[in-house]
Amino acid sequence: MTDEQAIAQPAQQSHGRATRDSSANASLRVLAVSIGPLIAALVVGAILLLAMGFNPVSYYSYVVQRAIFSPSGLEATLTRMGPLLLIAASLIVAFRAGIWNLGGDGQYLLAAVFVAATVPLTMNVLPVWANLLLGLLIGAVVGAIWGILPAILKAWQGINEIITTLMMSFLGVSLANVLVKLAFLDPATTTPQTRTLPVEARLPRLFDTATSSGLLIGLFAVIAVHLIMTRTSFGMRLRLVGANPRAAVHAGLSVPTLTVAVFAISAALAGLSGAVDILGTHGNVRADWNPAYTLTVVPLVFLARLNGFGSIAYVFLFSALTIGGESAARRIGVPSFFSLVIVAILLITLGLAEYLDKRHQERVRR
Amino acid sequence: MALFTQSFVITLFLGAIAAGIPLLLAGLGEQLSEKAGVMNIGLEGMMLFGAYTGFLAAWASGSPSLGFIAGAGGGVVVASLMALLCVRLGLNQIVTGIALTLAAEGLTALLHFVQFSRTYPRLDGVAPLPIWPLSEIPFVGPVLFNNNAVFYLAIVLVVVFSWIYRQTHLGAALLAAGDKPAALDAAGVDVMRTRAMAVLITGALAGLGGAYMSIAVAGVFVPFMSHGNGFIAIVLAMLARGRPLWVLGGALLFGGSLSLTTALQVAGIDVPTDVIQMLPFAMVMVVLLVAGRKAALPQALGESFVRGAR
Repeated sequence: MTDEQAIAQPAQQSHGRATRDSSANASLRVLAVSIGPLIAALVVGAILLLAMGFNPVSYYSYVVQRAIFSPSGLEATLTRMGPLLLIAASLIVAFRAGIWNLGGDGQYLLAAVFVAATVPLTMNVLPVWANLLLGLLIGAVVGAIWGILPAILKAWQGINEIITTLMMSFLGVSLANVLVKLAFLDPATTTPQTRTLPVEARLPRLFDTATSSGLLIGLFAVIAVHLIMTRTSFGMRLRLVGANPRAAVHAGLSVPTLTVAVFAISAALAGLSGAVDILGTHGNVRADWNPAYTLTVVPLVFLARLNGFGSIAYVFLFSALTIGGESAARRIGVPSFFSLVIVAILLITLGLAEYLDKRHQERVRR
Repeated sequence: MALFTQSFVITLFLGAIAAGIPLLLAGLGEQLSEKAGVMNIGLEGMMLFGAYTGFLAAWASGSPSLGFIAGAGGGVVVASLMALLCVRLGLNQIVTGIALTLAAEGLTALLHFVQFSRTYPRLDGVAPLPIWPLSEIPFVGPVLFNNNAVFYLAIVLVVVFSWIYRQTHLGAALLAAGDKPAALDAAGVDVMRTRAMAVLITGALAGLGGAYMSIAVAGVFVPFMSHGNGFIAIVLAMLARGRPLWVLGGALLFGGSLSLTTALQVAGIDVPTDVIQMLPFAMVMVVLLVAGRKAALPQALGESFVRGAR
């Protein structure tokens, strides 16, 4: 697994080749490799829709219409992007450092539960802005705490973090449910849920729209992470650890310390995502609620080749697909799981496209 | 100790077996594929797809046996994609595994919605095959020797796999494919074919395990019903350090903690389900804390093999 962790192999060599191709040919190729898989995935999705007896054209146009071209839909799409972008930032830090933090769901949900349990109580003593800051802080800290055990096991015992983060994730999701049902119940309602943060005490809305300012936090986090990983010496050290831990030791880096640092940042960002979702959108946590963002965002950041800006584009696409899909589920009757299928197919078609492109390059070279 | 009545203990053991068999089958599969150097994160998707195809076939034909075969087939379908993308094309194994799991989750949920969401058909369960006269032994008989064919098959597979790994050329080839693929290549064995075969068998086992969940245990197909079992099976395979017998022990231990809820309810003790659901995962973390350092993995695990590349 290399530094860039592209789905197939990194594209550096292919860029070098591209300059030698005729330029028209090269831009055509780049277009084919980036847009082709998307079109292929939508076509496969259309065939699935047809097989289920739905009209693909009306489904797709309805989704686009609802999620992008209607004001309320676009606001929902942009609001949903906030927590998703924070998850993307969390994954980019970890993956670029060669660490597979797949436990974001537990980190997210536990943070969300602790935030939802605290802020409705502290809002009576703190001003709104301080209360929101406290919520964000709690989210980040709870997330980071839930990432500590896998970090220590990885750093000093060399235990595979895929397994430990996944286990902590299942554990965290169950624990969050236990906490909501047994410890943090809202005494005022009969439904099992935490107390609710009133709308006027939530994250401010952007301008005159219904878009939550959580979007800005998400955008800021992704861009900051991207710049830190690509432009600073700290990021350079992390990428070195990811690319070749043995070389990193020889270069005098303290690999265990850096590993723990990566886990702390990554898990804190996942926790922050939970905080932003509660403070900006939901206001409380209901029992058995788990949006399970992490495993769906993993393919997105890989499609973007762990590039922050690319991730923003893919997160927007996915956000629109789910918001439109949820609306289509109510109206047309296509279940919202369909957007999951599209993302999975997209990942597979993109991998295939990269492979075909690489093979084509090799043939040209010979 | 009124808790340890006979009905409580039998419920616990039967529950441990019912919940443990899918874990055992999938865990044996994952162990095989990890030995060959393929980290199979798509296991969850293979189980889920097998649960769906198995249920569909058993429901349509009325025969649980056909259902089990179709379940294994469903797992193979997902695994063949995994083999194509990861082994043949050398794409990232973890990302591909996640993609296939997502695809299986979305696809089976969609298909379930289209076919069964209004009717929710149920299966009658699977008739046990008592092994007479062992099945007449008090207590041990009803738990161990009055089960269905998949249970016996899973136990036999533990022995077969142990034998293959220790005694055969095939076992040596599998180990080499995971530890030093270049050496296997130099010995004249096709690394890609060895790995692809391992992945396909993994798919069949995981699919069979999924079908066991939907046909023999639940009797229905519910979207997302594999509920993390594929991931637990991956952990089992890692902790077992290449020994099939350890997978069996781990699967029963996990199955036991999964079935504790029902058993406690039989005993009249009401513990919140969520607390019990945390047990198996907490147990893994404890085991990893205590014994994790020794969890050895093949050297070339997760790396794709490119012939002639250095």
